[in-house]
Amino acid sequence: MAVLRPAGEFDVSYARDMATIRRPWQWALLFGFIVALYTLPLYASQSTVALVNRICISIIAVQGLNLLTGLTGQISLGQAAFMTSGGYISALLVSRMGWPFLAALPAAALGAGVVGLIFGLPSLRVKGFYLVMATLAAQFIIPWFTRNAFPEVLNGAQGITVPPPILFGVTLNEPGRYLGLTLSVLIVTTLVAHNVSRSRLGRAFVSIRDNDLAAELLGINLFKYKLQAFFLAAVYAGAAGVLSAHNLRHLNSETFNLTDSIFLLGMLVVGGLGTNLGPIFGGIVVELLTEGATLFGPFLISLFPATAASAGQAMRPLFFGTTLMLFLIFEPRGLAHRWQLFKAGWRLRPFSHL
Amino acid sequence: MNWQLLPQFAVSGLLAAGPIALTALGLVLIFKSSYIFNFAHGQLLLLGALITWWFSVERGLPLWLSIGLAVVLAALLGLLIERLALRPMTGQPLLSIILMTLGLSQALQGLALLLFGGAQRNFPQMFSAANPYKIVTPLIYNDKPITLILKQNLVWSFGVAMLGVILIGAFFQFTRTGLAMRGASEDHELAQSLGLRIHRIFGLSWALAGMAATTAGVLLATSSGLDLSLAVVVLAAFPVVLLGGLESIPGAIVGGLIIGLAQGIVSASKVQWVRGTTEIMPYVVLLIVLLIRPEGLFGQKRIERI
Repeated sequence: MAVLRPAGEFDVSYARDMATIRRPWQWALLFGFIVALYTLPLYASQSTVALVNRICISIIAVQGLNLLTGLTGQISLGQAAFMTSGGYISALLVSRMGWPFLAALPAAALGAGVVGLIFGLPSLRVKGFYLVMATLAAQFIIPWFTRNAFPEVLNGAQGITVPPPILFGVTLNEPGRYLGLTLSVLIVTTLVAHNVSRSRLGRAFVSIRDNDLAAELLGINLFKYKLQAFFLAAVYAGAAGVLSAHNLRHLNSETFNLTDSIFLLGMLVVGGLGTNLGPIFGGIVVELLTEGATLFGPFLISLFPATAASAGQAMRPLFFGTTLMLFLIFEPRGLAHRWQLFKAGWRLRPFSHL
Repeated sequence: MNWQLLPQFAVSGLLAAGPIALTALGLVLIFKSSYIFNFAHGQLLLLGALITWWFSVERGLPLWLSIGLAVVLAALLGLLIERLALRPMTGQPLLSIILMTLGLSQALQGLALLLFGGAQRNFPQMFSAANPYKIVTPLIYNDKPITLILKQNLVWSFGVAMLGVILIGAFFQFTRTGLAMRGASEDHELAQSLGLRIHRIFGLSWALAGMAATTAGVLLATSSGLDLSLAVVVLAAFPVVLLGGLESIPGAIVGGLIIGLAQGIVSASKVQWVRGTTEIMPYVVLLIVLLIRPEGLFGQKRIERI
């Protein structure tokens, strides 16, 4: 969609033309919103803050997936496996090697990135569902590795306990204290993702997605850029895995499983593939939806008394699957597209057509 | 390596691969006619087995009748899925179609949990577990002939699975509808312009896949019990399909047997570390195949143009 500006607003400099946030009041709103989020623990309940934590972590993982699947067009079912790698690396660095958390977080993210590189190698030869299969292999091999390799360190299928992070002398052992950390990481990852998407790297990604053969003819090194996309996606997943593992304080091979990988892809589609707002919308909506699904549990238990124990459990996949299918049929471009239409419609009011 | 047990494990692995090959065939069926890779096949398997269980245990119908009813219901379910979920996806990019079947798998999983619950169930036994077949082979090790012990249920489910594979393979190769299906997978628009009713073809292939899935589900449930993890078994069939080549029916059989054999041989090892690789063996084979020969053993190599 063409860039649609409110009437009477003109760009007078290139910097202004490129800017994401254009008006002083937009800066003020953004600042106010971020302050409101940081001070959330002061006026919201513990469970709300924990939910916001979960949403932020999901958004980080989906942002990585957006770089790989949304921009580069390489479908990956291995995002949760890279989260597992990141979580394990950070947990071991902190508890075994005594690293400070602030050093372990980037190190674990980069370590997960290297794992991502390995499983991105088949992307040079295969694409489409063949690539889905290769990333699915990551989803099996990495958890298997944590279950079977080095049992004295990784503790097999039992998994390991993860210490809560200590930042500047404060132990982040409750959701309210943890929120500051996840929000800060989320802000950094959002900035990086946004700027990758509008740089040379992001444009190369998009050209590979739109037609990889044509991109190669234009001089884009497919191998290099595909691997970079895999690396970035796995770094994001690694960061999300670190945050999640230190938040849950326990990690085993099933903490992040195939279902989580499918959920992350679903969040991306619901939010909008290849857009910067997509991961944020998708993460919020799908997490709230599955949260709502667990609230519906008691009501459904009254309808299906025979399976009362599993009715609540059944709601999560059922709600998610149905939502994903409805979105694919009725709004395949996701909520981000809907939001663009809404903004454009508002600006063009009272004329209804673009 | 445990040479005494190696033939036993290899043969058991081969037999266990029968239902897996039938599962892989269900995937190939849909792929061959509509170029869709069905990630929800595991849930079809699960629902088929659960419906059979419900008819035979809860309703007390004879087993053969419950299997028949379940196969019919699964065919209807396949038709319904094609009509409601996949038909709107015609002509959409690959990503949307993959995500559609992934979403479908989650929705069906939730449905199975909601209707039947997640408890472990005893599936009615079709073949007696006692007195397995014994075969004395001419192979001699340590002056003793090697005896193979084959469980009856494994042998029979292998036989039934192979029968299903051959029936469906013959259907594809020798009937007019089978030819139409093969044509439709090449190019939807071209097939339509030649007068093939591709929606009817897609529906038929989903119905057939549902039937194959139910058969495979029942066979797997008789040998390993019935609970939600049945759906995960299909994940072992994905590498099989890719190894054989996505378009190839003989490929599905040969791929299944190769992977079953590899798993059997690995599980005969004396080294604990090697034995531990049994569960990820299909995926290691898969990664190697993807790196060396992405189109699989019998698949078609496609040349792309801009």
